[in-house]
Amino acid sequence: MSSISLPRVATPAAAGTTWRDRLRRVADAAVTPLDLDDVLDVFAPLRAGAPLRGRIVEVRPETAHSATIVLEPGKDWRGHQPGQYVRVGVEVDGIRLWRTYSLTHGPRRDGYISITVKAIPGGVVSGHLVHRARVGQVVQLDQAQGDFVLPPQTWTTPEPAKLLMVTGGSGITPVVGMLRNLFNRATPVRADIVLLHSALTHDDVIFGRELREYAERGLITLIERHTDVDGMLAVTELEQLVPDLVERTTYACGPAGLLDALEEFCAAAGLPLHVERFRPPVLSGLEDAEGGTVAFADGTVVDAGGTTPILDAGEAAGVLMPSGCRMGVCFGCVVPMTAGAVRDLRNGALTIAVPGETGPGGIPIQTCVSAAAGDCTIDVGG
Amino acid sequence: MTVITKQPVSPIAHLSTSDIELLGKELDEIRQSVLDSRGESDAAYIRTVVDVQRKLELGSRAVLLASAFPPAWIAGTIGLSIAKILENMEIGHNVMHGQWDWMRDPKIHSTTWEWDNASTAEGWKHSHNELHHTYTNIIGKDNDLGYGIMRVDEDQRWHPMYLVQPLWNFINACFFEYGIAAYDLELGRNLRVPKEKRSPEFTRSLKKTLGKIRKQATKDYLVHPGLALPFGAAPQVLAANFIANVVRNVWSHSVIMCGHFPEGVETFERKSIPDDESRGDWYLRQMLGSANISGGKLLHLMSGNLSHQIEHHLFPDLPSNRYVEVAPQVREVFEKYGLNYHTAPMPQQVYSAWHKVVRLSLPNGWLATTTPRNLPQQLKLLYGMSTGGPKIRRAAQARLEQLARRQAAAA
Repeated sequence: MSSISLPRVATPAAAGTTWRDRLRRVADAAVTPLDLDDVLDVFAPLRAGAPLRGRIVEVRPETAHSATIVLEPGKDWRGHQPGQYVRVGVEVDGIRLWRTYSLTHGPRRDGYISITVKAIPGGVVSGHLVHRARVGQVVQLDQAQGDFVLPPQTWTTPEPAKLLMVTGGSGITPVVGMLRNLFNRATPVRADIVLLHSALTHDDVIFGRELREYAERGLITLIERHTDVDGMLAVTELEQLVPDLVERTTYACGPAGLLDALEEFCAAAGLPLHVERFRPPVLSGLEDAEGGTVAFADGTVVDAGGTTPILDAGEAAGVLMPSGCRMGVCFGCVVPMTAGAVRDLRNGALTIAVPGETGPGGIPIQTCVSAAAGDCTIDVGG
Repeated sequence: MTVITKQPVSPIAHLSTSDIELLGKELDEIRQSVLDSRGESDAAYIRTVVDVQRKLELGSRAVLLASAFPPAWIAGTIGLSIAKILENMEIGHNVMHGQWDWMRDPKIHSTTWEWDNASTAEGWKHSHNELHHTYTNIIGKDNDLGYGIMRVDEDQRWHPMYLVQPLWNFINACFFEYGIAAYDLELGRNLRVPKEKRSPEFTRSLKKTLGKIRKQATKDYLVHPGLALPFGAAPQVLAANFIANVVRNVWSHSVIMCGHFPEGVETFERKSIPDDESRGDWYLRQMLGSANISGGKLLHLMSGNLSHQIEHHLFPDLPSNRYVEVAPQVREVFEKYGLNYHTAPMPQQVYSAWHKVVRLSLPNGWLATTTPRNLPQQLKLLYGMSTGGPKIRRAAQARLEQLARRQAAAA
């Protein structure tokens, strides 16, 4: 009779056996049903390992309707490249709303980041940030994203890069981040940049003084267009305003009309173009919207009337959904809406989810008292 | 008291269908006025309460490490008891109701909150938010009425086993969190089903609840005493945790008893509720089936604003800090429609609720007809009813009723 002995393989320390992990387990057991993070959040919201947040360290007015918000990001902030944007979650009237803003400082030595916000008419979040944000408040952040960045060779090639920046209004924000990163250093990076910027008036130019100073120092060629007096910029004027246009790589950010025209123009002329588009205009006309298609995570799409609860519409189509009292009381049917709009059947209140402008996962809604107000997407049933 | 439909004069007989519809509209308007003004200060309120609660709990637990020193033990135990009460009442109960969902903060949300209690958030939301708040005070459907183990209404036939219900109620108060967990699981009903026939859903919930209880007990009775070991305070910390849990249990049990148990709060018959109960009808049932506790700010906070049980039942998803401001408006609606707004200070409500528990533990009419003079005969009768069969009970019950009628006539 023989016995088979398995060779003893040296296994790497299994997860959860290091001292750190053990301590963590004890700490979690000591604060259950919370976990250690919930407790540490009370004292150190910006620590490593926490959901990414930022603390406002400065609010600096730029124009009458815009301000720069300087933030100390949480320890897990992975950095960014100038021109990128960040999603910011801000509490307005107690409700957490998410928006996307361009980062307006290149990486800074103090590790702070900044966004520059223009209060747009009716803009709930932008108005709040410009006029009501206060030093010390904490906002939610995501990591920086976006590929509207200068090519890496801008810094490495001996030949200065030839660039054209076409910006309008708050479209200057990603570009100013790039400019600061190039110029705010002991020896400014040499580049050949033409900045063509449109704003309503001289005083409405965000970062006006700074841009003009760059121009005075000969770092950029600045062409200001004050649309109040000069009229809107037409792409046909470009060749006249920038004679060496064909030698330049264009970076553009501004109103959709301008960007569309530029794309068409550069495609026709075969010129390289990088475009950053801000969010599409707010969904409008929803006030009267009634009913629409409801798309569920399992692929089911149903046409639902303006008085049909989404729960009923989903169940009728065989979607597996949580349910409860069916009268809006128990919150047992709450699931996230990732896009679209719904109306509360009890009082007509609208809830709108714009992709990219909701918390992670969407906006939770009560399906038993919500009906589609236009098309919407519900993350349930998958 | 008996179910509303069997009372000689119904407290809602004077209301027409259109009255009830109007009443519903007025209450909807009150709700809307709070929704319209809900905002930053409300959000700041709940964040402050959460923040204070967490610091109080941590601080109390830190103080308890020194509880070999008696004053530290007393301070720590009081602090921990208050922290546990706040966590369950003003935070947990209300967050799980979705009162703060509108803030869209995933950390303070009905879908993510788990509370410091033996019952799981999931089980609680089903049995409390869904069943209790929908079927409020409907005998047989709302298990909050006696948690399925007590006689809460004259119409439930008396049986000798109900004699121990005051004791039962007291034990339930001390270990209320486990009582709640059992009631969320509908443990009594489910355990009667043979093991192999139990629903997989029940087995799954049971497993989750046992897991939760284990984690809770590990925290309070193992980890924290363990941490106090180097300070020579393990037994003291263990005792402090046990006491804090019992204090929290007794307190929440008392507050909840005050909400639906005091004399004069109406109950309903299952068959009297139409399938298509209107919004106004539902509101009306909440109005008749709840009672408030009058008191100051501290009472409201510590009761999780269930001192405004009436307002809470009308508007379970409004932020709890706003009940105090809608209460006078709600009371006006009660007065306008000639309904009894049931409110009294806590000692009175607790006494009233306990009185009902004791009264109903005895045969109908027994307590009311007993005087010091007839006590021996009454006790004899009760002994007979308790040891005899159903026939004897029926005969004795008839005698009690006769006695009650005679006393009423004499008075």
